[in-house]
Amino acid sequence: MKRTLLIATAMTGFAFAAQAAEVTVLGWGGAYTKSQSEAYHKPFTAETGITVNSVDADNPATPIKAQVEAGNVTIDVASVEFADGIRLCDEGLLEEIDHSILPAAPDGTPATDDFLPGSLTECIIGTDVYATVFAFNASKFDGNAPTSIADFFDPAAFPGKRGMRKTAKANLEMALMADGVPAAEVYDLLGTDEGVDRAFAKLDEIKDMIVWWEAGAQPPQLLADGEVDMSTAYNGRIFNAVVGEQQPFEIIWDGQVYEFEGYVIPKGAPNMEEAKAFVAFAAGTEALAKAAEWISYGPPRVSSGPLVGKYFDGSIEMGPNLPTTAANLTNALASSNDFWADKDTELNERFNAWLAN
Amino acid sequence: MALPKHASTLERVWHYTYLVICGLIFLFLIAPILIVIPLSFNAEPYFTFTQKMMSFDPEGFSTRWYDLLLTFGMSAPDVARDGSWWADVWQNSAWVQAAKNSVIVGVFATIFATVLGTIAALGLSRPEMPYRRLIMAILISPMIVPIIITATGLFFFYSSIQISKWELFGWQIPYLGIILAHATLGIPFVIITVTATLVGFDHSLTRAAASLGANPRTTFFKVTMPLILPGVISGALFAFVTSFDEVVAVLFIGAFDEQTIPRQMWNGIREQISPAILSVATILVVISILLLTVLELLRRRSERLRGLSPG
Amino acid sequence: MGKQMTDTANSLDNRPTQAEIDLTTVDGTPLKAALANAQKRARRRALFLVLPLLLFVLITFLAPIGQMLLRSVHNPSFSDHIPNLSVWFDENPAGTEPGEAAYEALVLDLRSMRADKTMGIAGTRINYDLPGSRSLFTSTARKAGALEPPFQEAVIATNEKWANPKLWQVMRGASSAYTVDFYLAALDRTRDVNGDIVAVDDDRKIYAANFLKTLFLAGLITFCCLILAFPVAHLLATLPLRQSNLLMIFVLLPFWTSLLVRTTSWIVLLQSQGVVNDTLVATGIVADESRIQMIYNQTGTIVAMIHILLPFMILPLYSVMRPINPSYVRAARSLGATSWTAFRRIYLPQTIPGMGAGGLLVFILGVGYYITPALVGGASGQLISNFIAFHMQKSLNWSLAAALATLLLLMVLLLYWLYDRLVGIDNLKLG
Repeated sequence: MKRTLLIATAMTGFAFAAQAAEVTVLGWGGAYTKSQSEAYHKPFTAETGITVNSVDADNPATPIKAQVEAGNVTIDVASVEFADGIRLCDEGLLEEIDHSILPAAPDGTPATDDFLPGSLTECIIGTDVYATVFAFNASKFDGNAPTSIADFFDPAAFPGKRGMRKTAKANLEMALMADGVPAAEVYDLLGTDEGVDRAFAKLDEIKDMIVWWEAGAQPPQLLADGEVDMSTAYNGRIFNAVVGEQQPFEIIWDGQVYEFEGYVIPKGAPNMEEAKAFVAFAAGTEALAKAAEWISYGPPRVSSGPLVGKYFDGSIEMGPNLPTTAANLTNALASSNDFWADKDTELNERFNAWLAN
Repeated sequence: MALPKHASTLERVWHYTYLVICGLIFLFLIAPILIVIPLSFNAEPYFTFTQKMMSFDPEGFSTRWYDLLLTFGMSAPDVARDGSWWADVWQNSAWVQAAKNSVIVGVFATIFATVLGTIAALGLSRPEMPYRRLIMAILISPMIVPIIITATGLFFFYSSIQISKWELFGWQIPYLGIILAHATLGIPFVIITVTATLVGFDHSLTRAAASLGANPRTTFFKVTMPLILPGVISGALFAFVTSFDEVVAVLFIGAFDEQTIPRQMWNGIREQISPAILSVATILVVISILLLTVLELLRRRSERLRGLSPG
Repeated sequence: MGKQMTDTANSLDNRPTQAEIDLTTVDGTPLKAALANAQKRARRRALFLVLPLLLFVLITFLAPIGQMLLRSVHNPSFSDHIPNLSVWFDENPAGTEPGEAAYEALVLDLRSMRADKTMGIAGTRINYDLPGSRSLFTSTARKAGALEPPFQEAVIATNEKWANPKLWQVMRGASSAYTVDFYLAALDRTRDVNGDIVAVDDDRKIYAANFLKTLFLAGLITFCCLILAFPVAHLLATLPLRQSNLLMIFVLLPFWTSLLVRTTSWIVLLQSQGVVNDTLVATGIVADESRIQMIYNQTGTIVAMIHILLPFMILPLYSVMRPINPSYVRAARSLGATSWTAFRRIYLPQTIPGMGAGGLLVFILGVGYYITPALVGGASGQLISNFIAFHMQKSLNWSLAAALATLLLLMVLLLYWLYDRLVGIDNLKLG
């Protein structure tokens, strides 16, 4: 007993004193977490005095599910892709969030009318629209640079390495679009076995040239190091590498897949009240607009749109770089939440078998 | 290993070929470890030798990556470097935090492993020990069982008992799960090194002490302990290094904010191997050189002591 | 304690012979009984010293692993949510054509799943055995509230997959929480409509081949380590102690250096913009645009693992080679053997215990490797441990992860048992 006491006393010297009120937010790391930290975490702490612990994961949806199912929840709020959020909600792993706690727009429009259609569900509060695009390192190509999604899947014309996310989602859609399938028909086709076979056949053509990434911070790094010539990536990460670090990357706005992302609260979150307060704060018009000044993801509120100005350092107008800008949507695909909520498990099984063989 | 005078030409050729082969294998062993040291002083964010580095231009070298280790995660890294700057480093720098956590976890895991392991080794080395073989096999198994299996088991176990919410006098014990896991992983090393020391241990010494009137406690601290101490210390060092280098259990059972040096490196390697990782690697290499030196001194001391001991 | 010690000492020094059988100790007890008592005490005392650690390991190591093993045969995520269907399964033997009663039970259960938000969990369990079923459960559960009798037609109208006899066979299997299906999955097997065990489709095969690949790579790495370790260990064993201790640093420094540091080093060396490729390009051996891919594939895993495991081979070999008396080889030479014959017939056989010890140790460690393949293995260099981690952390199919882990554990324990039999755990040496 004496030793235990001794240990306890010794350790308090190092340990952080227990905070009065805190909320733990799980994000995606890198530039994306940075944007949320600047737009939500810091102002939230300044306003309420509640400390925000910011932690990161490759895809926050999986640790959330693991924690709730294992019965040991330490996360209060997590940032997830919509399809994942809907799936977790279906499985009863998420807290339902009452939309009446969300602040109205400055002009008084209630939040439920102000958020873009589809960006609010019973469990998820939208924070942004992001796109999985492909980008290339301009210093690797002189003159003959790729211009379309078909080029990404063309091993003959572009023999270099390319990075892709190690998952089925977005890759299968991009493969089909590269194979000439119009965006509007992609999900109908992917719903059939032939469509899935066709997507994998297209991926097969470049399989040997792919470097797989898992965390969103990896593709800009792979491009910068010269490990790959081009890579699929979240558009905001590429934007930040170009504007923030002057990297010679270029985004191809063709055949990209865009989707909402939002905050969820896992069932049994240890700081439920603070979590709800945080989510409501982050859903405010100004907060959402401010996040879009730190990374090029579009805000999901109508009233936030006009407030988005330049990149936080004042160097560049954000508008043309958002995935929601009309000029960027000529051949783009809106990710189908229902499709992925249902098919994620089985298509990833197939994907992993394909990867291993 | 000199060549005998009567060696034939063929034997001579083979002998030198053999030495060259051995040299290449030594190079294979050591070069990857030493290569990170110069590269960590690269002024450019590349992992290869730049033109300036090759020509020993001082401009090609810099300590910026070591500086980044301090400033990464700081709240105000750009102010003048006075006392409050260093306080900021101590409080907020991500790598300094990780180092603190690693040391806390390592020290407590080592204490658990060494104390329990040494006592058990004393029992195991007695000739009367029943089921010795089986018990030894069980106690060594944490070293043999793949770490992924251990980590998986611990993930379910610690989740089900909610170890992260355990309290001691109303104070939540941080890192408890990781400490216990690392203690378990360190135990085989303590057992192996201490029983190895005890192989040469002359049990009549304790009997002599007892017959001269020493109580068991005195006998242990005055006779047994000094003799097995080198083994205990090297076992403790092994246990500490095991904990200090362990990442899989931390990834599976550590809370998100329980960052350790290996976990921080793991994230760094996966996401961006900036030369900052190489500077951490360099620091760790220097630490392992120090450890190696300590171990060598211990080994010599142990041999000397055993040379003196009777029997 | 002091007296006990003396007792033990006496009893050991004066082993009773047949003639002394009647001897007694000072206090009058027969010597034989006193001896037995003393030994019992000594055994108890030895055991008592080991007990705390044994308990510690039991609680923090054996129990968690046991609990995990249980998970591989126990998965209640479907059986917990089907109160009505399980009644129907109990009342009707396997092979019964599901009729209206079965579909009514199904609809009732789907409605309660919808209310409790458990259809995703239950559907996922069925999806493990019959891919494509998860979406069937979630979509039908959403519509279940509006379905009207007759339920059989109504349910099949929402999705004709419900009429699939395979689905009903899988649901019957999952209606019990205890199952061996995850072991079947871990060996790329499944059940067909009749419940017979068959191989899965070729485009879904992963694990059986990966087990073989893991064994093959571990074997290859062990072999390479042996080839590399032998000359080095021989050199260290034959050099004078002072020189060999100095050279030993080359072996011990890698041994003591962090695994992550060594893996980082290999990335720095082998990546396409790394030191080796740069050197090859600078010397003109390789063109700039055709840099060699040596990492993020199987090659990367093999090279880095050989480097990391090599000391585990050198050290046991060295400790066996050091005491080999050089005069045996000299004697063979003087009797006319060529140096090759002397080496092959005299020296090599004496090193076999070292090769066995090192080889088994490297193989055991190699089979369970995780970190290095995860960081440098890319898609083709993944071992079975990486698949366990994948199902633990990404797909969250924990029962399959547990089944794969159990199979891996069995493999390792078999090797461990072999090691104990052939080498002896006592002879495990570090540094």
